[in-house]
Amino acid sequence: MTRKSSSISWRKTDDVASRPWTGSVREYDLIKELIIGVVVVGLLVLGVSAIFGSPDEPSVSLKAWATAAPADFTATAAKELAGTSDTAGYGPPYNSTQDATQKIGPVDLQSLSGIRLPVDTANDFVIAPLATLPSPPADLARWTAATDQQRSAWAATYSDALAAAPDSDPAKVADGDYGPVPALTAALLDMARQGSLDGVLQSGGNFYNMDYTRSLLFLGDGGYFPDLAASQHLSGDQWGVMNETGDTPGQSWLWLFSLLYQIEPFKSAPNADALVVVTMLVLTALLALLPFIPGLRSLPRMIPLHRLIWKDYYRNR
Amino acid sequence: MTAQTTPGHGAPVDETDAHTWTGRARRWLLRKLPPDKLLPEDQPSFVASWAYVFGMGAIGSLLWIIVSGIVLGLNGPQWYHVSSLGSFVNSTHLWSVELFFIFMVVHLWLKFWMAAWRGGRLLTWITGVISFVVSIVAAFTGYLLQTNFDSQWIAFEAKDALNAVGVGAWFNVANVGQLFTWHVTLLPVAVGAVVVLHVLLVRVHGVAPPLEAAESDAQLLHNRPGATEPPEPAEPPEATEPRGTVQ
Repeated sequence: MTRKSSSISWRKTDDVASRPWTGSVREYDLIKELIIGVVVVGLLVLGVSAIFGSPDEPSVSLKAWATAAPADFTATAAKELAGTSDTAGYGPPYNSTQDATQKIGPVDLQSLSGIRLPVDTANDFVIAPLATLPSPPADLARWTAATDQQRSAWAATYSDALAAAPDSDPAKVADGDYGPVPALTAALLDMARQGSLDGVLQSGGNFYNMDYTRSLLFLGDGGYFPDLAASQHLSGDQWGVMNETGDTPGQSWLWLFSLLYQIEPFKSAPNADALVVVTMLVLTALLALLPFIPGLRSLPRMIPLHRLIWKDYYRNR
Repeated sequence: MTAQTTPGHGAPVDETDAHTWTGRARRWLLRKLPPDKLLPEDQPSFVASWAYVFGMGAIGSLLWIIVSGIVLGLNGPQWYHVSSLGSFVNSTHLWSVELFFIFMVVHLWLKFWMAAWRGGRLLTWITGVISFVVSIVAAFTGYLLQTNFDSQWIAFEAKDALNAVGVGAWFNVANVGQLFTWHVTLLPVAVGAVVVLHVLLVRVHGVAPPLEAAESDAQLLHNRPGATEPPEPAEPPEATEPRGTVQ
């Protein structure tokens, strides 16, 4: 009987690969191999853990930010009031900023969720926390009573003035019509330095909290937090997706995801995130369906590495 | 449907028992995976390569991940920050994950070069890839649960990719409560289930023979009981697939 011996088809036919093995066998103890595997891997894990440990860089608090980089904190608070921060212009799921979403052609996946995690940066990050103080600043009432247009004008003007000031120092800002904004940002800075802003922003007045969305967005709108990440080689352009703090290996299995962010057309695309995620989903599907793909599925036959893997078998055919 | 005993494998199946759903399920299971196929005491002679240890290495690592993860989870997310024992257990959790991925990636590459999907083993390949993908998501949620600077930054960066495709509102990387549910319940169950299915499929179909194995090979010419018997009938879903098409 003549049978094809080198088929790489996934189909069940009448070849050697499709039928139960009827040739020579060797003794094999599944349970023993499992136990040996667990013991060997366990010793390896314990040994490597004892030698290298694991990193645990403490988290960054708003208090630490306000203390270490007060000018950056103040500038960020002004942007939150002006509605010019990254979060304020993010779009869904936080807000409805026009043309902020990442689209792929006409497809707008980002808008699918709607505004499910609403964030009003001025109110949630600055005004509402200040209102929780035992003695809220008097300027709070002036802000609250103003029109949206007036608020934006004050905050944007102050934000620009801060950017133009030497070292962005609030004390060196040129005179101007900033309304209550300098007083509000100064009060928020004090609140953060004393440590109370962390609790207020995280818990929103509740005892329990496990949702850090607002704190994280506010922290990320500043420059202090991303600078710390860059110093730990964690930025996106430093392959940070697959890095860990210190010298410990991180999620190195995300190398391809990280690689896409380093190359064109993804690197400079305004919708890079959407493009990278969709590309990875397509590539993952291709990997799962690889046995169906002509050419790719034939690589093992064209590049016969299998002769190394089964060299004893081929030697004794 | 005609029930048949499986020659050479497993206990004989009593057809008369198979009149209920349960009986039919038992009959199907025993035909697919008789006990001596599930827990074999021998393997084809070609299963003597170093290439076969990586799958078992991945399973061994997964067991250590589960054990260390249970200890970490039962002590709560803050424990490892303040306890030296907790820090060590966290280290074992991290390194067993690193080893798990090393073993799994090597296993995946080797199975590619062995074209291990051949002869009706398509689902074994696909479940392997799925277990790899689900494991990546599980590890990602673990990194987000570190409650330290690394998890803060990963959450801040990762939200953009998830929001860009519309899932960030439900899979909120800054919501530690949500992440706990994913990391200590849903994803471990998913990884475990897919890995178990993958291993069972390996046992059902047996190990794929060498790519150029032929009837004329010494390993097949000898020790071949019932060589003249027709091939074992294919079972669904293979039975519905067109036969005879080979690459």
